[in-house]
Amino acid sequence: MNASAGWRRRLLSSLFVGFCACAVLLALLPLALILFFVVSQGIRALNVDFFTHMPLPVGEPGGGMGNAIVGTLMLVGLAALMAVPIGVISGVYMAEYAGTRFASTVRFAADTLNGVPSIVIGVFAYAVAVLPFRQFSTLAGGFALGVMMIPIIARTTEELLLLVPGSLREGALALGATRASAVFSVVLPAALPGIVTGVMLALARIAGETAPLLFTSFNNRFFSTRLAQPIASLTVQVYTYAISPYEDWHRQAWAGALVLVMIVLFCSLAARFATRRLERMHARG
Amino acid sequence: MIVCAIGLLLARDGWLSIQKFGLSFWASQIWNPVSGEFGALPFIWGTLYSSFLALLIATPISIGIAVFIAEMSPAVLRQPLVFLTELLAAIPSIVYGLWGIFVLVPAVRSIQTSLPEVARLLPLFSGPPLGLGMLAAALVLAIMVIPFTSSIAREVLKSVPAAQREGAYALGATRLEAIRAALFYARTGIFGGIMLGFGRALGETMAVTMVIGNNPRVSLSLFAPQHTMAAVIANEFSEASDQLYLSALVEIGLVLFTITLIVNSLSRLLIWSMTRSSRVSVSVETAEPLAAEPAAG
Repeated sequence: MNASAGWRRRLLSSLFVGFCACAVLLALLPLALILFFVVSQGIRALNVDFFTHMPLPVGEPGGGMGNAIVGTLMLVGLAALMAVPIGVISGVYMAEYAGTRFASTVRFAADTLNGVPSIVIGVFAYAVAVLPFRQFSTLAGGFALGVMMIPIIARTTEELLLLVPGSLREGALALGATRASAVFSVVLPAALPGIVTGVMLALARIAGETAPLLFTSFNNRFFSTRLAQPIASLTVQVYTYAISPYEDWHRQAWAGALVLVMIVLFCSLAARFATRRLERMHARG
Repeated sequence: MIVCAIGLLLARDGWLSIQKFGLSFWASQIWNPVSGEFGALPFIWGTLYSSFLALLIATPISIGIAVFIAEMSPAVLRQPLVFLTELLAAIPSIVYGLWGIFVLVPAVRSIQTSLPEVARLLPLFSGPPLGLGMLAAALVLAIMVIPFTSSIAREVLKSVPAAQREGAYALGATRLEAIRAALFYARTGIFGGIMLGFGRALGETMAVTMVIGNNPRVSLSLFAPQHTMAAVIANEFSEASDQLYLSALVEIGLVLFTITLIVNSLSRLLIWSMTRSSRVSVSVETAEPLAAEPAAG
């Protein structure tokens, strides 16, 4: 009796182990499938023209997304220009004044902002930067992406500043540095690789965003670098092509997706590499 | 400050429709921009239903992954597995959408046509065999939610005191029983992780709008094309021709904003209460900043 109950318990336990292993496989399967399709479909349409040429009208083979790639770079650059200073400074504040009420308010706000759906950010940016000017523009798109970027940068900066060994800060203070100069000339440089990591992660995330761009930077069939005009972006272009009925455009969409995935992967890997180094430094310090 | 600004601006721009429709905005199923009638029920239903289905699929899988990585996997596999599951979060949603349209939707369509005739009479499986619809959306969402829920569950499991587990083993528990005890101990935090995933699923736009079929009708069927709040904004915002139309869309945005705000705050609170209470009893573990925050997509 007792022995048979034990047998059942062991069997259930093994079944559970099996279930967990299956769960891992079940999650890795779509990952593998997605990467497989993106690479295998994308590579066929990917060539030099894709990077250098403009989109062509339906029916003409060839063409590329040169304007969209430039557009994405510009949007991401604008976003970084706006978000990096604000994000880093609020991160420094949260780390330095960690106990205060205002710091926890800022932290809560950052977390909340991080959870706001990107489409809602798009509506917000539309209200702030499109409606008053009655014009879709690159600036509005950059603003939307920047708003998304701020909380990510702020939170990573905070966490990485806390990783910097306390002895460094104390040493600086002991040498007579003011709090500000201790932070900006000792602690911040020590955390710099980590902050760069945070920025890379944030860039990887917003480079793949589509929803906030749909009605801020809109889209543009032509090459443009003007800030006050609509601009094309890789993601919106992939979207337009994907829901179109044309075979040619589908191929281009896959190629666009491949480029996006490569950008994102590159940023994530670079970020990972940088954190490794920082963590090792932390372990030593 | 930006958070408040978002709330205020959305409320201001949505005011026109709030005034015009009042409560009936929530209850009406009619969405007819031409005649100027707007009801948000189909979108709210679609958002909640798709996110709920996604959680139904994603939760067991995420917990399984978390348990496997935290408790079972050999040390060599641990880091790569963490990296791979987080990679799932790094893929842009537009890429999920693209994959959904060209790979998942045909697969769903073939599942649907291979169902026996009798099953298709059930309300759950009714509808034309398009492939586009609720099931495809829920599957894509589930894949996208898994990394979030599983990484939180993993962190929380790690914060369960080792004594808990050792005690269970010492009492002669099998692996399942010991892990069940740990899961029970960590239930608050895991629930927080599930809520966080829910918040993500609610707000997901591009991947859903590409596979759900964009048809504003309330239906229980897994195969019926439906619509979500995020999707209708993405689809119709730049085409909204008159003030009232635009205002109705902004009001939907406001509803979405409010719901996700509540869900996210609740989940943060749960996770925070869990990790804080355990920090007191266990020695403080070294913070792992980037592992705790999934790389996000």
